[in-house]
Amino acid sequence: MTGTFQLDGANIPFEPGQTVMQAALAAGRYIPHLCYHPEFKPHGSCKVCTVKVNGRTMASCTMPAEAGLKVESNIEELNGLRRTLVQMLFVEGNHFCPSCEASGNCQLQATAYALQVMTPHYNQFFPDRPLDASHPDILLDYNRCILCELCVRASSEVDGKNVFGLSGRGITKHLIVNAESGLLKDTGMALTDKAMQVCPVGVILKKGQGFSVPIGERRYDQRPVSAQALDDAPRPADASGSCAACEGSS
Amino acid sequence: MAADSEIHKAGLDSILDRYARDPNALLQVLREVQELHGYIHPSSISYIGVKLGIPRARVEGVAGFYSFLHLQPHGEYRVLFSDNITDRMQGSQALMEQMCRQLWLQPGKVSEDGLVSINTTSCTGMCDQGPAMLVNGRAITRLTPQRVQEIGGLIRNRTPLSDWPADFFRVEDNIRRSGPLLDNTIAPGDVLRTALALGSKDIVEAVKNSGLRGRGGAGFPTGLKWEACRNAPGSEHYVVCNADEGEPGTFKDRVLLTSYADLVFEGMTLCARAIGARHGFLYLRGEYRYLLEPLQAVLQRRRDDKLLGRNILGQPGFDFDIAIHLGAGAYICGEESALIESLEGKRGIPRNRPPFPVTHGYLQQPTAVDNVETFCSAALAMQMGAENYRAIGTPKSSGSKLISVSGDCPRPGIYEYPFGVTVREVLQDCGAVNTRAVQVSGPSGVCVAESEFDRKLGFEDLPTAGAFMVFDDSRDLFEVARNFVHFFAHESCGFCTPCRVGTAMLKSTMDKIAAGLGTQYDLGEIEHLDHVLQTSSHCGLGRTACNPVLHTLKHFRPAYESRLKSLEFEPAFDLDGALARARQMTGRDDAGAHLKSEET
Repeated sequence: MTGTFQLDGANIPFEPGQTVMQAALAAGRYIPHLCYHPEFKPHGSCKVCTVKVNGRTMASCTMPAEAGLKVESNIEELNGLRRTLVQMLFVEGNHFCPSCEASGNCQLQATAYALQVMTPHYNQFFPDRPLDASHPDILLDYNRCILCELCVRASSEVDGKNVFGLSGRGITKHLIVNAESGLLKDTGMALTDKAMQVCPVGVILKKGQGFSVPIGERRYDQRPVSAQALDDAPRPADASGSCAACEGSS
Repeated sequence: MAADSEIHKAGLDSILDRYARDPNALLQVLREVQELHGYIHPSSISYIGVKLGIPRARVEGVAGFYSFLHLQPHGEYRVLFSDNITDRMQGSQALMEQMCRQLWLQPGKVSEDGLVSINTTSCTGMCDQGPAMLVNGRAITRLTPQRVQEIGGLIRNRTPLSDWPADFFRVEDNIRRSGPLLDNTIAPGDVLRTALALGSKDIVEAVKNSGLRGRGGAGFPTGLKWEACRNAPGSEHYVVCNADEGEPGTFKDRVLLTSYADLVFEGMTLCARAIGARHGFLYLRGEYRYLLEPLQAVLQRRRDDKLLGRNILGQPGFDFDIAIHLGAGAYICGEESALIESLEGKRGIPRNRPPFPVTHGYLQQPTAVDNVETFCSAALAMQMGAENYRAIGTPKSSGSKLISVSGDCPRPGIYEYPFGVTVREVLQDCGAVNTRAVQVSGPSGVCVAESEFDRKLGFEDLPTAGAFMVFDDSRDLFEVARNFVHFFAHESCGFCTPCRVGTAMLKSTMDKIAAGLGTQYDLGEIEHLDHVLQTSSHCGLGRTACNPVLHTLKHFRPAYESRLKSLEFEPAFDLDGALARARQMTGRDDAGAHLKSEET
């Protein structure tokens, strides 16, 4: 089914199987998001992409696009909600941007800037999350994990390795690796894995390389997260409107 | 270590073989390993992963999700006090302190000799005969200081659970008022014989005409669900009975499964006939583990009587059987799509919907998930005739409803009423006096104050899954709400940000107010969190997690305000409280070990 729906008053065309988020990005309209990635099936856990669909709040990354929907996104009520959700993610983990290797490349930080988050607002949880430096090439800093599951999905779906998983429940939910020792060195993780590339924050880091690009010249220092997200979004490949990168993501 | 690993692999093969090394049975395998070893050793996790052909991380992830599965040793005796507000009102906290003192233990810790651990758990469904506990998964009711003392002694003497007094484990039905459902005279097979005379379409029509709506709380019309499932294409259709009765204050399914199991299975088999299913599951909450063997016996008798299995009642092609799947301590699995995930041996995370289970349920096949009482009511409606059934209750809520009454009343137990009964009538029947409030349908339901006692139970006014907790004028409704907030934080699955973080924040804010450190600012923060949870949570748990606070703030705001400091803002940090650990380590609690907090 193709057609158009309305996003903040603009007509957005969509392809069969696209979600509201996918269609919006393809049409050059940014909806803030963290756990959504154009190459993976959306699962809708961070809720930062929450929009109002015909008056009801839904996660836009999982909401199937339908003709005639009235979607509101860039309104203060929803941006306020997103601000709170981003603040929740900040205080839930241990995020110290000034000393973080991912600063400037971090989607959480960039999204916070875009939403004008000025303070964490809430009390810090200060969870105890030890580092894993066991792997010769790769460092895991669980302090920064926002539980988006992109590394889980990438390692499973692309690398075929299932290096990552999730355990625990509620506020104790946490990222684990696929080893009896609990250490990354005992998994098949390699620098060439897709899972190396998808972390939106600074959990999965290459060892032996720090601040090779100076702060101030990094990804989100160059252009805001909204522009980067649109660059990354799959666009209609040709005039026929087929969307190659959207395959398998419905 | 190697020898240790070998010990923990012992017995695994027979469990794995019993489940035919089916990865969908992962939770059942883990539950049995937990029963066998008392916890699940890291080497057992690796071994199970290899044998089931799934990543180790997935096995660990599932084991880490469910409260009753432990990844570290948790003692030979694992004591869990039911921590519903009704247990607390019956004195559970003092009893737990008593037991901790007797056994020299701190809650949540394992004793140095590895003998015992003591902790709390969410409502175990024994509110009418509490305070209650679970010991190694077995329910113990009617705790008193004497009984707790005896239990402590039995544990110290390492007396096997099987040698404990049988009276400890006695669970009463406590049926106080019966109606068409509890007074039914249906013999096993009666309903199926009636149904066999009809086609599957006619069964669906009859259930539709009866006006029956789901008894789990949401109230979806049962006939429509069965029709949608029947019409959905799929290689198999499945019937699932939701017996994960986790809503605190609800225990009616426990009684149905204890004394009306045939009717439950009759209703499931009726559904199977209607939707064309060959396989059914009963998802039984882990707290009702003691019902597993009796229910298995009923299933076997029904197989022997040709009421289950191949060619039921001699009807060629009418094949249907039921397997029991035990939960392991996760309230969220009462949500139907999380329940299905759990049935598939996964973490109980609610799915994105659409698609709905009626078209894409168990193994992505059409699945009808209904509550225990719904299946019983469907069987009853079939037997009575749709018109007769519809004549009971109110226009939009036909039939009768089982109410689980607990809390401040002399006659707690099960009450069956036609829909439309008022809160006041129930209160009169159970003998409650000086009632301040009633929590209808559990923490996710509605807190009803005295001015609303003429409201009617039913989908038109006060929908309910059955819980009815009574609070008299001696009770502090703030503490009731705080108990419920703790419950939701403990039971959040953690999938979505607002519920995972928001319920934890709500909990710490309520604790801050309870500690006398709250201000008007905190009430404002609570209202903001409520809005965030309601608008952006993934499922009903998050959306309803703030109900207890919203409702008690509406009716009983003074209970909150009396605890507030008059300041605009007060930090949660408590300087004296920060020294608690130092006091504990030095064994001191004298005045000199305390900092005077800033009194003005």
